[in-house]
Amino acid sequence: MPRRLLRDGAIVVDEWRTTADGAVADDGPLMLALSEFRAERERWLARPGLLGIILSPVDDEQELVPHLARLALVAAEFTTVSEGRGYTQGRLLRERWGFAGELRARGAIHRDHVFLLARCGFNSFELAESEFEGGAAALRTFSAAYQTSNDRGLHSALRHRQLS
Amino acid sequence: MYRYDVIDKTLVDERVAQFRDQTRRFLAGELSDDDFRHLRLRNGLYIQRHAPMLRVAIPYGLLSSKQLRALASIARRYDRGYGHFTTRQNIQYNWPRIEDVPDILAELATVEMHAIQTSGNCIRNVTSDPLAGAVPDELEDPRPWCEIIRQWSTFHPEFTYLPRKFKIAVTGTPQDRAASQLHDIGVHIARGPDGEPGFEILAGGGLGRTPVIGQVVRDFLPREHLLSYLEAILRVYNRAGRRDNIHKARIKILVKSLGIEEFRRRVEAEWESFREYGARTPVEEIERVRGFFAPHSYRLLEDADPSAGQEAAFRAWYRYNTHPHKMPGYRIVFISLKKPDVAPGDATDAQMELIADLADRYSFGEVRVTHTQNLVLGDVEQDKALELWRILAEAGLATPNIGTLTDMICCPGLDFCSLANAGSIEVAKLINDRFEDYDYLYDLGEIDLKMSGCMNACGHHHVGAIGILGVDKGGEEWYQITIGGAAGSDASLGSVIGPSVAKRDVPETLARLLEVYVRERHPDERFLDTVRRLGVKPFKERVYAAPAAA
Repeated sequence: MPRRLLRDGAIVVDEWRTTADGAVADDGPLMLALSEFRAERERWLARPGLLGIILSPVDDEQELVPHLARLALVAAEFTTVSEGRGYTQGRLLRERWGFAGELRARGAIHRDHVFLLARCGFNSFELAESEFEGGAAALRTFSAAYQTSNDRGLHSALRHRQLS
Repeated sequence: MYRYDVIDKTLVDERVAQFRDQTRRFLAGELSDDDFRHLRLRNGLYIQRHAPMLRVAIPYGLLSSKQLRALASIARRYDRGYGHFTTRQNIQYNWPRIEDVPDILAELATVEMHAIQTSGNCIRNVTSDPLAGAVPDELEDPRPWCEIIRQWSTFHPEFTYLPRKFKIAVTGTPQDRAASQLHDIGVHIARGPDGEPGFEILAGGGLGRTPVIGQVVRDFLPREHLLSYLEAILRVYNRAGRRDNIHKARIKILVKSLGIEEFRRRVEAEWESFREYGARTPVEEIERVRGFFAPHSYRLLEDADPSAGQEAAFRAWYRYNTHPHKMPGYRIVFISLKKPDVAPGDATDAQMELIADLADRYSFGEVRVTHTQNLVLGDVEQDKALELWRILAEAGLATPNIGTLTDMICCPGLDFCSLANAGSIEVAKLINDRFEDYDYLYDLGEIDLKMSGCMNACGHHHVGAIGILGVDKGGEEWYQITIGGAAGSDASLGSVIGPSVAKRDVPETLARLLEVYVRERHPDERFLDTVRRLGVKPFKERVYAAPAAA
C-alpha cells in the first residue's frame, strides 16, 4: 500500500521520497535533509523534479530563504513528542519568509499535535494510518483562538480580540 | 473581575471536550502512558504518590465567591474534603480519580475556571500581587495585564512545547509581593521618561536546583508592545534553551550562559525583526479588559482603628492579619491558612464555603490567594472587622500569625509528592509545637520561613529569611538550613549555615538562630537585616556549638 499522509485535511498518497527510500527518478518529488542539501547544493537545485528540505530541530530556517522559490516543500522533523522548535520554524517560514509551499510535520507527532501545528502554518502531517481520522478531526479541536496566526478562518471573527 | 465572553467560554468548553476524549483514549489503552503524560501535564494532572494530583488555575490569584464555592464542592465530591493553595496562587487536589477529571474540568468551566497549562513545559498561570487594586502605593492595577497575558499564553501555538516550564509574574508596586524577580519573566509596571505607561522587563529568575535572581532585559517597554516583546523572549528561549538536560533547561540557565548582554541583544534583534508587523495590543482591548477591574463602589468612610479598646486577641489579629487599604475606612484582611495543626495552605470544603459567604458579606464577593499560601478579603470596611474576626476565629481561620515565623510557606512534601526527598508538613508541625508562644513570635517580628521537601524548591526555601530544604541521607530525612534569603524587591538568595540536621533537631536549630538574632539585633531590625549585617558566621557558630544540636 502506498504511503499516505494527512494534507489540507484530507488523507492522500504521499508522492514525496527521501534519499533513504532508494533511487528516486530525477523528475520525482524529493525531500532532503538540510545537511544533504548543503553538501551538493548546485546538483540538487539543478534537478528537474520538485525539491523539499527537512529541517532538524537545531536547523535555522533562515538558511532556506534564498531558495524558497525553488522549494515546493519544507518539513520539520519532530524527534520527540515534546520537541517544540519546529513550531517556531514553521511559523517564521510562513509569517516572516512568506513560504507558500507545503509545510510538513514529521517524526514523533500524533493527532493531538496537529491543531497547534496547523496554527503555526503546517498543512501536512505524517501520522500513523490509525491516526488519520482522529488527526483530521483534531484540526477542528478549537473554534476560536486568542492569537493571530497563520491558519485560515479561525481568527477572522476575532478581529476585536487579536492580542498578538 | 474578568468575566468570560463567548470566546473564552468556547475555548474552555472545547478544552474539556478535548481532554475528555484524550482521557477516554488513555483508559481504553489507545494512548500509551508516555503519550498521555504530555497531554495530561498540560492540563494540570500529575500522577503522584497516592493518587493523581490535579492543579487548578486561579489566574493571578483572584476568585469570585461563586468560584470558591465550586472549588469547595469539588473538594467534597471528588477529593477528601479539602484543597491545598500553592505558592503560585493555584489550588491542588490530592485525591481525584483520573476518570473523574474530565467531569471536574467541566464543572470548573461552568464557573469560568480551568486547569489549562498548570503544569507541563509551557507558559504557566500568570501570577501577581495578591493585594492588587487595593493597596495605596500602586502605579497601576496589574491584573488587566495578567488577564491579557493569560489569554495570549493560552494554547499559544508556538510556545506550548518549550524546553521547560515558564512562569510569568506581573506587579504594579515598588513592594514586590509576587516574587517577580524569581520568575522566568518578571513584568514590572513602569512609567517612561515622559510618564507614558509601560513596563520594565526582567528575565532569567527562578528557584529549583539553581536559584537565580532575574535581570533587567529592558528598562522601559511601551505598553502596547508587551505581548510582542514577550514573544521575542519566548522565541529566543524556545530555539536556544537546552533540551538535552532537564536540570539545565530553564531560561535562567540560557541567560546565565549567554550573559545578560548577549541575551538582551538576541531578544532585541528578534523583536526588531517583527515588531512592525507583529500586532500590537490595541488600546480598545486594553481598555476592554481594564473595564473588568474598575474600582469597587466603595462607601465614603473615614479611617478609625476598630481594635482600639477591644480585647487583646482581636487587637493582635488586627495588627498582624490586616493591611492598609487605599480607601479610607477600608482594610485588607488576611485569612491565615497556617493554623498550627493544619498543613500550611490547606482549607476544607466547609472553610472555603464560609469564606465565600464572608466575601459576599464583607468584600464585594471576591477572594484572593497569596503566594504565601493564605487567602485575602481585599476590601473590608474597618468597622466590620470585629464581627468578621469573630466568625473567622470560630472557624479556625484567624490564627494571628501573618508575616511571623509560623506563617511559613511549605510544599506538600513526601506525604504527597512523588518528587520529594523528605516530609515538610510534619516539620511544620514540629516548628509550630516549639514556637507556640505568640509573645515570642511577635517579639521576633517579620520572618519568612520557607520549606521545600526537595531541591525543586516549590516551597521557595532559597528566598526564605530562614529556608529549610529536605534532603535524603541514606534513606533518612535530613534538613539543610539557609538564612538571609528574600523574595521581595530586595530579593536575595539564602546562605547555607552548615551540615544538614536531623528532623527532630530542626526546631532546636531554629531556636538557636533566633537566639543569636535576639542577642545581636539593633532596634527595629528584622531577622533578615541582622543576617545581612552580620553574615552567617555568628549564627553558624551557635547552631553547631557543642553539644551538637540536640
